[in-house]
Amino acid sequence: MNKIISIEAAIDNIKDGMTIMIGGFLGVGTPHKIVDALVEKGVKDLTIIANDTAFPEIGLGKLIVNKQVKKVIASHIGTNAETGRQMNEKEMEVDLVPQGTLAEQVRAGGSGLGGFLTPTGIGTVVEEGKRKIEIDGKEYLLELPLRADVALLAGSIVDKKGNIYYNKSTRNFNPLIAMAADTVIVEAEEIVEIGEIDPNNVMTPGIFIDYIVGGAK
Amino acid sequence: MDRQQIKEIIAKRVALELRDGDVVNLGIGLPTMVANYISDDIDVIFQSENGFVGLGPAPKEGEEDKDLTNAGAQPVTIKAGGAFFDSSTSFAIIRGGHVDATVLGALQVDEKGNLANWMIPGKMVPGMGGAMDLVVGAKKVIIAMQHTAKGKPKILNECTLPLTAAGQVDMIITEMAVMKVTKDGLLVTELGPEVSVEDVKAATEAELIISENLKRMELK
Repeated sequence: MNKIISIEAAIDNIKDGMTIMIGGFLGVGTPHKIVDALVEKGVKDLTIIANDTAFPEIGLGKLIVNKQVKKVIASHIGTNAETGRQMNEKEMEVDLVPQGTLAEQVRAGGSGLGGFLTPTGIGTVVEEGKRKIEIDGKEYLLELPLRADVALLAGSIVDKKGNIYYNKSTRNFNPLIAMAADTVIVEAEEIVEIGEIDPNNVMTPGIFIDYIVGGAK
Repeated sequence: MDRQQIKEIIAKRVALELRDGDVVNLGIGLPTMVANYISDDIDVIFQSENGFVGLGPAPKEGEEDKDLTNAGAQPVTIKAGGAFFDSSTSFAIIRGGHVDATVLGALQVDEKGNLANWMIPGKMVPGMGGAMDLVVGAKKVIIAMQHTAKGKPKILNECTLPLTAAGQVDMIITEMAVMKVTKDGLLVTELGPEVSVEDVKAATEAELIISENLKRMELK
């Protein structure tokens, strides 16, 4: 099965109103070419699930500046003033989620779990509207899983089966979102032949990956 | 004292709290300076919540790596013996009690150990990032901040801003004092340079308990 497709074919999977997970931490480990192609194509009313909204000119921040986003679920929006502006003007909905909770919601969504219990957010606005459950005398919040229609990953080295190696701090949310969407697309910095990545060094197994877009090298 | 001197006092004093082998997460801003004052004879392992332990200093100019940044997107280095991981593992480390200490700034902190450092409604809503997980999960939560903001107390009877976490702060270190959060209230154990107990009380809204063994900060 050939997973390598053009960037145009890849983003044909993304329609108005879809929920999209995007990898990266302030733009590091983000599939920049795919994001740029989405900006050019102009799909709109997206719900974006990501760690943060990066910067106005970097990463998925561009989608917000271009007003393609209806709702953001993220842990941090402070580096992109446009996210805050659209939130305050009620042009866009923003759900702020503690970073560890967000990571685990995505992991749960991809792992067949119905939710998890975390002490994070107890006694804060984060607990509003959520079930509290006591285990051995300690209070936890029940947090629910997150899934998406499409996940967009960045991989440093990707083989033709979709096995991924992430360089340094580019890993972040990528291995988690790889498990939590109906269609999973990785933008490869470099595409290599099957077998060139030692199975010991595979960080995301290729079975999670539907399409590969590549490669800068 | 100018701002830089104030920050140095705080960072130097926080550094004395860290022990050989500790895993430590430093917040953005003033807390980051703590790394500059760790004694050479101890090994402190810094965690970066975007996905690694072994955080090192900024690279030399021209040696930046686009794939290696800290949680503030600044280029950094990783020390020998460090390790990378994904965000789920990063927060397993944080929430799971594997971080010995976290050092964070604050907008407000109160005598019950409540902390507010993530938003000012209607003004500044950057998001909590990893702060809520850090204060809940780290074994020791140290607040490192200037004692007042534009002359107004930040150490209060009760926080008025939305909380980051309830009752998780262990220690507050400012240029004026070292305070421990106890069940009876805030215990002042050390005074900053050239500061009196009256000065500290005047700059603090919360009631203070003065330790019987009150000392002067010993800074190198």
